[in-house]
Amino acid sequence: MKRLFPVFGLLTGVLLSYALYLALVVAPTEQTMGDVQRIFYYHVPSAWTAFLLFFINFVASVVYLIRRNMKADVVALVAAEIGVVFCTVVLVTGPIWARPVWGIWWTWDLRLTLTLVLWLIYVSYLMLRRFSSSGQTPQIAAVLAVLGALDVPLVYFSIWFFRTQHPQPVIGGGGSIDPRMLHVLLINWAAFSCLAALMFWSRYRLEVLKREVEDTQALEALLETPRGSR
Amino acid sequence: MKLTRATLAKDLRLEWRSKDAINSMLFFALLVVVIFSFSFDPTAEESRQIAGGLVWVAFLFAAVVALNQTWARELRNQVLDAYRVSPAPANSLFLAKAFGNFIFVLMLECLMTPLFIVFYNLRALGPAYQLPIVAVLGTWALVVNGTFFAAMSLRTRAREIMLPLLLFPISIPAVLAMVEATTSILTGEYSARFWIVLLAAYDLVFTTSCLLLFESVLNAE
Repeated sequence: MKRLFPVFGLLTGVLLSYALYLALVVAPTEQTMGDVQRIFYYHVPSAWTAFLLFFINFVASVVYLIRRNMKADVVALVAAEIGVVFCTVVLVTGPIWARPVWGIWWTWDLRLTLTLVLWLIYVSYLMLRRFSSSGQTPQIAAVLAVLGALDVPLVYFSIWFFRTQHPQPVIGGGGSIDPRMLHVLLINWAAFSCLAALMFWSRYRLEVLKREVEDTQALEALLETPRGSR
Repeated sequence: MKLTRATLAKDLRLEWRSKDAINSMLFFALLVVVIFSFSFDPTAEESRQIAGGLVWVAFLFAAVVALNQTWARELRNQVLDAYRVSPAPANSLFLAKAFGNFIFVLMLECLMTPLFIVFYNLRALGPAYQLPIVAVLGTWALVVNGTFFAAMSLRTRAREIMLPLLLFPISIPAVLAMVEATTSILTGEYSARFWIVLLAAYDLVFTTSCLLLFESVLNAE
């Protein structure tokens, strides 16, 4: 497994550069928006990856609550961390794209708001992990993750109704997409997923190692105390 | 159920004698009202539009003040640890605490509403009988999650600051529903029914899940 890591890293690098080439050079220029639209190839794959990671976080938290499995907790933590990273990318690229196209940086549109609220929930999840005393962290964090996931449909409905009530002219969404664009989008998504998987992998190994070190240190401290006190 | 009643009675009696929570909440909410009133200086028409938001933001902040104190007194003399080793079900403790906070925050709302009416010159143009429904459902939404997250943040450093950090993101749909329902009743422009249904659904989902998960928070080790 360990030897596969650099190979996988190299593959991800190649795929990412190929996807970049496709997005910047090969993909056709959009008619009305022009070159700005190319940010689409980063924005959308990041969003999909982030949502996928948040979903993994939810599943891992449920598994942890049922099985009390340490690995599930590490998976949940790592998924939330990388999910927040990709979600941040989405929230940063969104306004950069929106400004020249819609003329505004931000609007309280359904998808935008949902992404923002998700980001807030998972940042609070990471804060909780950061602030809680070590032994109890996995359990209460898993509980928070489950509650956060339950919140998502409620957020969705509330914002959906909020927006249908005050309609706004946003997003020329829907419609069809040029098959070449779709192709580039999917390649980019594959590249981003590989990047996320790579980050996930290394972060997972790091976290497992960190916990092993902590356990060893705790054990050593336990063994040493009686000698010191005598 | 008996246990819930006993804990609730104990908390209410303590509160009746000390009046810590209600006094600090009341004064805090009053300050928020006064500061908002200065900073917006609205006319009657505008205040109808923004009052829903102001009222609930004030109550939300004030509720956090009370919620932070919920579990603090159980920490002294290891009461909470004693509770954990006793065979009493965790949920009856949770329900008692949640009901206690519910009563405090509702009391606060009853006392503060006249002040709001005076300061902001309010008169409901929509069906006013819906306001108490929104108040009860909204308060329960805040309090059930708040009590739960307060128990959670007991396990953290910087406890007092942790509660709002956990509570606010999760409560966004509930707060949105409360504010929109109140605004729609005050302005009478559209129906509040969807928001009341949403609040009820929120209450249902989170009451159930808090009851299911409270045990693992109380016994987290």
